[in-house]
Amino acid sequence: MNAPIRPDTQLHTRADDGIATGDDLLVTENISLSFGGVRAIADISFDVKKGEIRAIIGPNGAGKTSMLNVINGFYHPQQGTITFRGNKRRRMRPHEAANQGIARTFQNIALFGGMSTLDNLMTGRITLMKRNMLWHAAWFGPAQREEIEHREAVEQIIDFLEIEHIRKTPVGRLPYGLQKRVELGRALAAEPALLLLDEPMAGMNLEEKEDMSRFILDVNQQYGTTIALIEHDMGVVMDLSDRVVVLDYGRKIGDGTPDEVRNNQDVIDAYLGVPHEDA
Amino acid sequence: MSPAFLNLIETTLNGLMAGVMYSLVALGFVLIFKASGIFNFAQGVMALFAALTLVGFQTGQVPFAHLINAIFGTDLHHWGPGVPTFLAILMAMAVMVLMAFLIERLVLKHLVNQEPIILFMATIGLAYFLEGMGDLMWGADIKPMNVGLPSGGSFWWEDVTREWASEGSEYYGMYIDTLDVTAALIAIALVSILTIFSQYTATGRALRAVADDHQAALSVGISLRTIWVIVWSIAGFVALVAGIMWGAKSGVQFSLSLIALKALPVLILGGFTSIPGAIVGGLIIGVGEKLAEAYIGPLVGGAIENWFAYMLALAFLLFRPQGLFGERIIERI
Amino acid sequence: MLYREAGDFKTDYRSDQQTFPIKSERYLFWATMIVAFCIVPFFINSYWEKSVLVPLLVWSLIALGLNILTGYCGQVSLGTGGFMAVGAFACYKLMTAFPDLNIFFVVILSGVVTALVGMLFGLPSLRIKGFYLAVATLAAQFFLIWVFNKFDWFYNYSPSGQITAPPRDIFGITVTGPNAPPWATYLFCLTILFIFAWVARNLTRGRVGRSWMAIRDMDIAAEIIGVEPLRTKLSAFAVSSFYIGVGGALFFSVYLGAAEVTEAFGIDKSFLALFMVIIGGLGSILGSFLGAAFLILMPVLLKNIFVGTLGWPTDVAAHIQIMLIGGLIVLFLIVEPHGLAQLWRLTKEKLRLWPFPY
Repeated sequence: MNAPIRPDTQLHTRADDGIATGDDLLVTENISLSFGGVRAIADISFDVKKGEIRAIIGPNGAGKTSMLNVINGFYHPQQGTITFRGNKRRRMRPHEAANQGIARTFQNIALFGGMSTLDNLMTGRITLMKRNMLWHAAWFGPAQREEIEHREAVEQIIDFLEIEHIRKTPVGRLPYGLQKRVELGRALAAEPALLLLDEPMAGMNLEEKEDMSRFILDVNQQYGTTIALIEHDMGVVMDLSDRVVVLDYGRKIGDGTPDEVRNNQDVIDAYLGVPHEDA
Repeated sequence: MSPAFLNLIETTLNGLMAGVMYSLVALGFVLIFKASGIFNFAQGVMALFAALTLVGFQTGQVPFAHLINAIFGTDLHHWGPGVPTFLAILMAMAVMVLMAFLIERLVLKHLVNQEPIILFMATIGLAYFLEGMGDLMWGADIKPMNVGLPSGGSFWWEDVTREWASEGSEYYGMYIDTLDVTAALIAIALVSILTIFSQYTATGRALRAVADDHQAALSVGISLRTIWVIVWSIAGFVALVAGIMWGAKSGVQFSLSLIALKALPVLILGGFTSIPGAIVGGLIIGVGEKLAEAYIGPLVGGAIENWFAYMLALAFLLFRPQGLFGERIIERI
Repeated sequence: MLYREAGDFKTDYRSDQQTFPIKSERYLFWATMIVAFCIVPFFINSYWEKSVLVPLLVWSLIALGLNILTGYCGQVSLGTGGFMAVGAFACYKLMTAFPDLNIFFVVILSGVVTALVGMLFGLPSLRIKGFYLAVATLAAQFFLIWVFNKFDWFYNYSPSGQITAPPRDIFGITVTGPNAPPWATYLFCLTILFIFAWVARNLTRGRVGRSWMAIRDMDIAAEIIGVEPLRTKLSAFAVSSFYIGVGGALFFSVYLGAAEVTEAFGIDKSFLALFMVIIGGLGSILGSFLGAAFLILMPVLLKNIFVGTLGWPTDVAAHIQIMLIGGLIVLFLIVEPHGLAQLWRLTKEKLRLWPFPY
């Protein structure tokens, strides 16, 4: 298990982009986002350093998912800038973000239900496949070679996530926990420089949570992938993450190591001090 | 007023009348879509079928005469002079209710929880079935529809409008078909009745509950299946009215079922779930079509009425994908 | 017992990816091909050619094209008839403008023209989804028919508004026009269909097909993982229209021989193609063939029974036929919403285990 990805796959070139571990990989500055009159995010700035696991926490409706949507270009903030791998931008289409190496999983599973596990993972590599339609029409030759090359990389991930037995099962038929795992696999298949995980452990039992935590740590440590995750389980967050940013009502109320955040009075208020708030 | 301006008014008025007819068909779609989430493609064929049935009863045709003749070598066609118009309308309505019941029993019951596209396809199948059945029951020839509605140009209106033209200009008054006016009035009455029904009666409330959320409605004890029969019956009633109007206008024939296609751009403009939307959408399409035919048509060779409505809807969609009355869609993930 | 995959192990990814991974299936496929290419041409007569085989092949091609757009990429289209008309009229204009151009290239070029038109009408799909898009494609249907009706340049100013296919040869054998031998038209269509089906299979099994299916299954997620919506949707529209255009060109030049636009390419053709795809199975190449076969063969069969055997008048038979088609569509959707291809898959699952179900 946990076989390292072959050194000659592209994964390392994506992560090796001249940014040293510990430097800024992603910086968001003064992001504000509103829908009509509803303000989802107000003036939030934070950074993600290369190689770390960064957690984003906060009560429901705090703007966490909106923040991820802004980072990968799905929502366009009215104000603020995002700097990813040294490129500053305001607006960007989601597929361009994917091309730059941002991959993610979703709060409510967003797998391609009609396709098999294998095809879902292969779709994850879409930004890495270059052969055009004419090559594909003829198939034999370059297109097939490329397909097999990427199949090998995908098989590594299948091994890593221990989902060999469901390789050819349509994902719509899989149980919830496995679907979450396939979704992680699809994000990993893109060989991302930054991996965004939106509640990777929501609705899982203890054993599944342990498995998922192990996968997340392995991804971070073995492949050096930078991870930003949203999670409600505080035990998991405090154990896994290097640094935590806390949002409440679209504002940032805390930022720092798990210990610092745990002792921050604003955070305690948001979670415990004020009644009728759910954590 | 100059004749050109009066012509514009005339075209607009005729467009509004035609628009009312489109609204009438679109209304049938909206009712079913709201209550069951089904896009009922068969609505147009239902109008045709209802009209055929009505004329059949009125003239005393023997149902399935051709088929019976083919099998038994007989020569049936009419069983008598037919029933009075009013009774024939009631009988046709009874047939539509029976049909609603059968559709629920034989089709919808088995397709609960299927994807919308599957249900849509099922209604296309239904449309073919009804089309074949209507022809088989009553014959495929074009039949006149005569239920005693006034028709022909209104001389009174012609006289009134002739006065409006400026002195010395050659203008002979506006032409307006009294049938169109009657149809518009009936459509307005129908819409008012339906609105009152859905707002102020218990059944109407149940209908709206089902439209909002099937499962929640079930959980408070509303019978989904009864509701569906009711909704399809109402849609059948609307189809009957539409069938009478269109039939009186241009005869009961196959092309009647194609007005269903014309209702599509109306729905696009007005949204699939909004009754006021269906009405406004119908009026816009009606007026737009007539104006385009009159003022753009001659430039490109005419007969653009066939596609103009769709192009209008398409252009509209590009700027407002959520329709006229829809709220802005915020995509979530 | 005949259908076994036990012992048929795959040792590399290449053999794991092949179209028919199970040996007996592979043999069945090649046997069918040998019959179709080498045996049928010797027995074919004009009735079988005109009523059964050539329409079957042409409609299979059209269904395949629509399936790429609707089944694989999830974009419902009601404009098939209009795109067939583009293919047919492009074919006619090319045939008459360049009499020396080989008919094979004429047909392919007609497909290219249709692909361009298809992409143009595919542009709205970026903003419009689902039913709304279906209505947008209706605009294409009615607009295109109107164009071909209105501007007499398209039918070379013929007073009847008809287009008639002149005779054209391929390797010295006539394949279009009234004097083309049945076996030649049949083989011509079969060859084209074979190539196109093979290409469709290739496109759908690799990156291109996966990006189509990703858009179909969950367009937002697809965009976020890097599928470019514009390019993907337009490529589906282009490929699909290409197929439908080639199908329309064959429909006119080989099958009908002469056509009048409103009659030959009306909205009913759009629905027929959609039915084929739904009954056969969305997102399945085999399904396109099964759907086309079902909807072409059934009317022929029904007509033979009602008119031929029972001697009923043709109009009664036609009405019953429409009723039956409608009823069967509903029945199919109730029994198996995923079409004939899914029934075939389920049968295979059963066969694999037969006679021991566990």
